[in-house]
Amino acid sequence: MDDSRRKRTREEMYYRHSLPVRILHWITVIALPILLMSGLNIFNAHPALYWGKSSYTGAPPVMQIYSRERNNGELIGVTRVFGQEFTTTGFLGVSRNSLGNPDDRGFPSWLTLPGNRWLSMARRWHFFFAWLLVTDGIAFVGYTIMSRHLRRDLLPTSNDWRSIGRTFIDHLLLRHPTGEAAKNYNVLQKLAYLSVIFLLFPLVILNGLGMSPGMDALFTGWVDLFGGRESMRTIHFMVAWALLAFVAIHVFQVIVTGFWNNLRSMITGYYRISQEIEHD
Amino acid sequence: MTENLKLSRRSLLVRLGSGLGVLVLGGCQKLSETTWFPNILGAGEKASYRAQRLLLSRKALAQEFPETDRSPSFRSNGTSKPSDPAYLVMAENGFADYRLLVDGLVEQPMSLSLADVRGLPHRTQTTRHDCVEGWSAIGTWKGARLSALLEIVRPKPHARYVVFHCAKDGRMPYYESIDMEDAFHPQTVLAYELNGKPVPIENGAPIRLRLERQLGYKMAKYVMRIELVENFTGIYGGKGGYWEDRGYEWFAGI
Repeated sequence: MDDSRRKRTREEMYYRHSLPVRILHWITVIALPILLMSGLNIFNAHPALYWGKSSYTGAPPVMQIYSRERNNGELIGVTRVFGQEFTTTGFLGVSRNSLGNPDDRGFPSWLTLPGNRWLSMARRWHFFFAWLLVTDGIAFVGYTIMSRHLRRDLLPTSNDWRSIGRTFIDHLLLRHPTGEAAKNYNVLQKLAYLSVIFLLFPLVILNGLGMSPGMDALFTGWVDLFGGRESMRTIHFMVAWALLAFVAIHVFQVIVTGFWNNLRSMITGYYRISQEIEHD
Repeated sequence: MTENLKLSRRSLLVRLGSGLGVLVLGGCQKLSETTWFPNILGAGEKASYRAQRLLLSRKALAQEFPETDRSPSFRSNGTSKPSDPAYLVMAENGFADYRLLVDGLVEQPMSLSLADVRGLPHRTQTTRHDCVEGWSAIGTWKGARLSALLEIVRPKPHARYVVFHCAKDGRMPYYESIDMEDAFHPQTVLAYELNGKPVPIENGAPIRLRLERQLGYKMAKYVMRIELVENFTGIYGGKGGYWEDRGYEWFAGI
């Protein structure tokens, strides 16, 4: 404790997030879990992933979730990845349904929307919110460019690139910038946001569209650039999990860097910055 | 004290979060079971339909593949053999007595034998079949161009949809429908051959619709009758197809 020196903090409410960014952010918060969960319901209609132009190329699926019955009648869930089998009873392959009985399904009920097997309804949720999120994303990218949010706040500066090593260590030690430095995104944060906006979202959208038999006809053979339709389905699935991983890290950072302050700044726009002013 | 406060704050957050999650999920489930909410979600289908019709030219072709990409066996889904006794008798005769009825809003209703269908201008295409469940299979289909048949029967000006009625399989009859733009698409064929052989029964013998820019459930198997209509009122559930009557989208281009 250092009470010998008198400290005073000066508080400043810093306007951090503009209204369009706040609105577009919260639309994403609503749409993303719905898309993930309805997507898992759709996946459950055929819980296997392939690499190639079709599912039946002569090669086995790269990943498959199924159930098997033991001699005593007990159902076990099995997940096979690249030929390697894992018993995943309770989570993948076999999990409890709403009545509490073991049920043969890919992902468990609590991870899918709707919770029961209902492909047509899951598709409705998925495509409605896909349109919403794509519109939201286009508006966001347009806004970040027009408002200079992209150049001013998101593109790393040369200083940022130099500080990348130190920032990395700071992150590992959960040391967070305070005062004036907290007004700007740090370089890892910038890179994370940029890769989500300009890599993961475009990939998940493109690979989703690649599954559409209609969009297939847009340019002859474009689907093969990603390895074919079933490869695109596999990529779509994997990028969805990458987006979830981003959300997990994002929410973790939001909590450890001051949950209420961060939450308020995304609702009202204002972020509180405390500057320590030292007196002799 | 502050430590305790922090802890209780954290557990409160977690509880709040999971409580909210359960509430929202329950709400979504309830919304799915109403009649009005799925209709709102249906806006997604309409947007997809308009966007694809805007982006794709009328004659834009679905990808075609070299025969080396063919799936070793072409997966059969849904009905693998209609139970209708009349169909079974026909199948035993190698469909020698098969008649394809074309009627509804046409100037020239017709009844065609399998040989008549085979005599129409045809097209052979190696295409990918995409099931709504997520799997795909590649096969080579040969069939009569639907456009050629329609030019013979001449649709009336107010005909807007082509309805395909299928051989019965016990339960509710299978049927499907497409609009005139898809009906006149060059890849829309009444297929009678798969991979160089007559279409097997499990894949829709003697005639199966191929509609390459949409999902598998649109491609009616065991087509017995083609009816041109202005709308779907009075046809079974009124939504334009067996699966549509059960909540699936009429436009299956995605």
